[in-house]
Amino acid sequence: MNTHVRMGDSRPAPTRRGFLIAAAGTGVTLGFTTGAFGALGLPGPAGQPLVEPTLWYGLDKTGHVTVHIIRAEMGQHVGTALARIVAEELEVDWDKVSIDHVDSAAKWGLMVTGGSWSVWQSFPQLSQAGAAGRMALIEEGAKLIGVDPASCTARSGVVHSGAKSIAYGDIVAKGNLARNYTPDQLAKMPIKPAAQRRLIGHDIQALDIPSKTNGEARYGLDAHIPGMVFARPKIPPTRNDSKVTAVDDSAAKSVPGYLGYKVLDDPSGTVPGWVMVLGETFPAAYAASEKVNVTWSSGAAAQVSEADLQARAAQLIADPKSGSLVVEDPGVDAAFASAAKHIEATYTTASALHFQMEPINALAFEKDGVFEIHSGNQWQSLILPTLAKALGRPEDKIVLRTYLLGGGFGRRLNGDYMVPAALTAQALGKPVKMVCTRADDVRFDSFRSPSVQTLRMAFGPGGKVTAMDHAASAGWPTEVMAPFFMPKGENGVPYDPFAISGANHWYSTGAQRVRAISNDLANRSFRPGWLRSVGPGWTNWAVESFMDEAAHAAGVDPLAFRLALLDGAGRNAGGPPSAVGGAKRQAAVLAAVAKKAGWGAKQPADTGLGIATTFGQERDMPTWTACVAKVHVDRKTGAVKVQKLTLVTDAGTIVHPNGALAQVEGAALWGMSLAVCEGTAFAKGQVADTNLDTYTPLRMADVPELDISFIPSSEPPVGLGEPATTVVGPAIGNAIFAAVGARVRHLPIRPEAVLAALKG
Amino acid sequence: MTTFQLNGKSVTPKSPDDTPLLWVIRDEMGLTGSKFGCGIGQCGACTVHVDGQAVRSCVTPVNVVDGSKVTTIEGLDPHGRHPLQLAWIEDQVPQCGYCQSGQIMQAASLLAGTPHPTDDEIEAAMNGNLCRCMAYVRIKKAIKRASGAVK
Repeated sequence: MNTHVRMGDSRPAPTRRGFLIAAAGTGVTLGFTTGAFGALGLPGPAGQPLVEPTLWYGLDKTGHVTVHIIRAEMGQHVGTALARIVAEELEVDWDKVSIDHVDSAAKWGLMVTGGSWSVWQSFPQLSQAGAAGRMALIEEGAKLIGVDPASCTARSGVVHSGAKSIAYGDIVAKGNLARNYTPDQLAKMPIKPAAQRRLIGHDIQALDIPSKTNGEARYGLDAHIPGMVFARPKIPPTRNDSKVTAVDDSAAKSVPGYLGYKVLDDPSGTVPGWVMVLGETFPAAYAASEKVNVTWSSGAAAQVSEADLQARAAQLIADPKSGSLVVEDPGVDAAFASAAKHIEATYTTASALHFQMEPINALAFEKDGVFEIHSGNQWQSLILPTLAKALGRPEDKIVLRTYLLGGGFGRRLNGDYMVPAALTAQALGKPVKMVCTRADDVRFDSFRSPSVQTLRMAFGPGGKVTAMDHAASAGWPTEVMAPFFMPKGENGVPYDPFAISGANHWYSTGAQRVRAISNDLANRSFRPGWLRSVGPGWTNWAVESFMDEAAHAAGVDPLAFRLALLDGAGRNAGGPPSAVGGAKRQAAVLAAVAKKAGWGAKQPADTGLGIATTFGQERDMPTWTACVAKVHVDRKTGAVKVQKLTLVTDAGTIVHPNGALAQVEGAALWGMSLAVCEGTAFAKGQVADTNLDTYTPLRMADVPELDISFIPSSEPPVGLGEPATTVVGPAIGNAIFAAVGARVRHLPIRPEAVLAALKG
Repeated sequence: MTTFQLNGKSVTPKSPDDTPLLWVIRDEMGLTGSKFGCGIGQCGACTVHVDGQAVRSCVTPVNVVDGSKVTTIEGLDPHGRHPLQLAWIEDQVPQCGYCQSGQIMQAASLLAGTPHPTDDEIEAAMNGNLCRCMAYVRIKKAIKRASGAVK
């Protein structure tokens, strides 16, 4: 099986980067260097450092540390988690640490926040960075107080040797901390054993929270510059290929503050057919836009609906030659041909919206030859080339100013919403702030594609599982937006790893085939997006529902059936760096959650427990996750009441326990919301639901009892933002079956489907 | 001409009478703590107090508040230390934080009238406030923590 690519692959491997400590301003900066060590220079004649670290922090003469965060803050308190890793090794107290979120610039390297990767990717580097700083401070501090460095310890921002000591700030002020470390030296930095950690794994308050309680937190929507005008778009009937044929704004001219409209000419092809209606204020732009009539010739998607997308996916699955073979063991077809018994089932999921609370927006203007775009975004490196193409200027003449994100969930990985703001500002020659209404936001969403999956399992003599075949088809966000991240399958066909991950599970099911199929009709008809957990949000719906069906077909308890397959054999043994223990750790969370939830106990009438387990996002950074859902089903109406969710997670080292718990709470409720509350349909080129009157995410009164726990571990930390999202849906589906014997195979689960399954 | 008290200060905005109060507060008065979420009064991110009552400012024309006292998150407590704000920090409630001004204002209005709400009363009062990060467990916990302290 191919190793999945990760976004970090496009930059130099961290182990080959050196480390630099240099004087800067009133203190020192410490950071990784971008290139090979030999290429580094010393500060230039004008006092400007020639080398720009890619990941760094600063230490000033008062001993205060500022950690520069390249990740987007969207509720995961990422800066707190990352700064804590530095502070742990640097040996400074938490009240001496602050963070800042940096703007886009090449010196930072790849800027992306997604895939639950931030802590997992950064942990080793930031630990080394902190340790390098500590070792330099000890060396220089020892010199200043006239002792042997070997006699020194560092603690709470002070270097001690016997009765002598010196504070970090004084070392910065009096010493010469300038250092270069080679990659090899850096790799040998002494990292503290887990038992000696004083910050990691302990509860502290997240640095971003106070400003989110008093109105001070600044989101993209709050960006402001004097002289800016407001723009609200008229969104065309189809995402692709719409063309403006006529605009009539005669009725808008009476609106006070109306400033005309602009038909966008977009060389990047991001916003074809967009018309921007301008106003002195947003209410003026909005009122005018309601009176501007635009006529379009729409793209072919105007004739496409949800059923067409699903039919196309099913048609592709039925063709055994289609798609990319992500897993292709020898003997799959032979095992099915000789099977004593086999089962097959098809699972589907509907289109689902991001519906982040802050509608997309962006402020754009040109200043001193540089185009500034103020907005919240998760993947600055992805959209910069598109903006460069749209504006016809080099990337280094565009800078993205970072704001808090009023929800990301993957929507803001795709920074397409910056393009229309930038084009309008360029066309007008003045600052433009684009604000989308909720409906505009939804109609321009890169929503989660509908999916179809067909799974087969072969049983040999004695009920032994001998083969498994999983074919999945959906629109592929990575193919549409970042095709350079597509690895090739065993048959040489590229695939979207984020749209199939999860199907390559850790169960030992004999000869295994995983076939990922791009839904070409979906890719053409809209822009498929990465939505919290991406593929694992649907692949696990299929895998874990199917495991339940397979257990029942085999006449085995669903827990025992899974545990027997999670034997850790062969490729499922796992291994370093992040998957030590492999399937055995998945079996452990599964056994733990079953015990906590009282698996096997008799339940009241029409009430059932359902179990499911996943490995989170990717095989090489598995977050071992298991859930038991307790539901009650009303046999008359088909209504499902989720009473309790029990989750057990093994995410290795937990850097920020309270934040980790918050992520699992939110992700689990997201999983429930997608399973029983949300879901829309593509209808003639647009999603059918555009606001909360008909799109109904989970509310407080729907929240079930939650029992969430973590397995203590000192293994490397992995991701937490998404895994729980992947496991709750199938646990609920399986609980419905346990409660009333109704098998549902479509997300979201509607009462009508439960009633139909009860009758069927 | 509409005149009202905004966080204790008399203001007479220039915006037309039918302008939603939210945009007057945010863009004309420069107080951006109140947020725009759905524009149809169903997410609660824009919640402010009008004469002590929680109101969805995105669907409230500014002339409706003529002569009223309007309080936003910025004016809830002069030092940002309302018992709910302290509880929000203590329980580490916010994730993305975008909805939290509205959540706090809604909860403040609940506690003003019902100092010791039951779980059901909290759910009934808060169900109109969407939290897309789904920090509901903590929102409820923080309201209960603060309920002892609010007079």
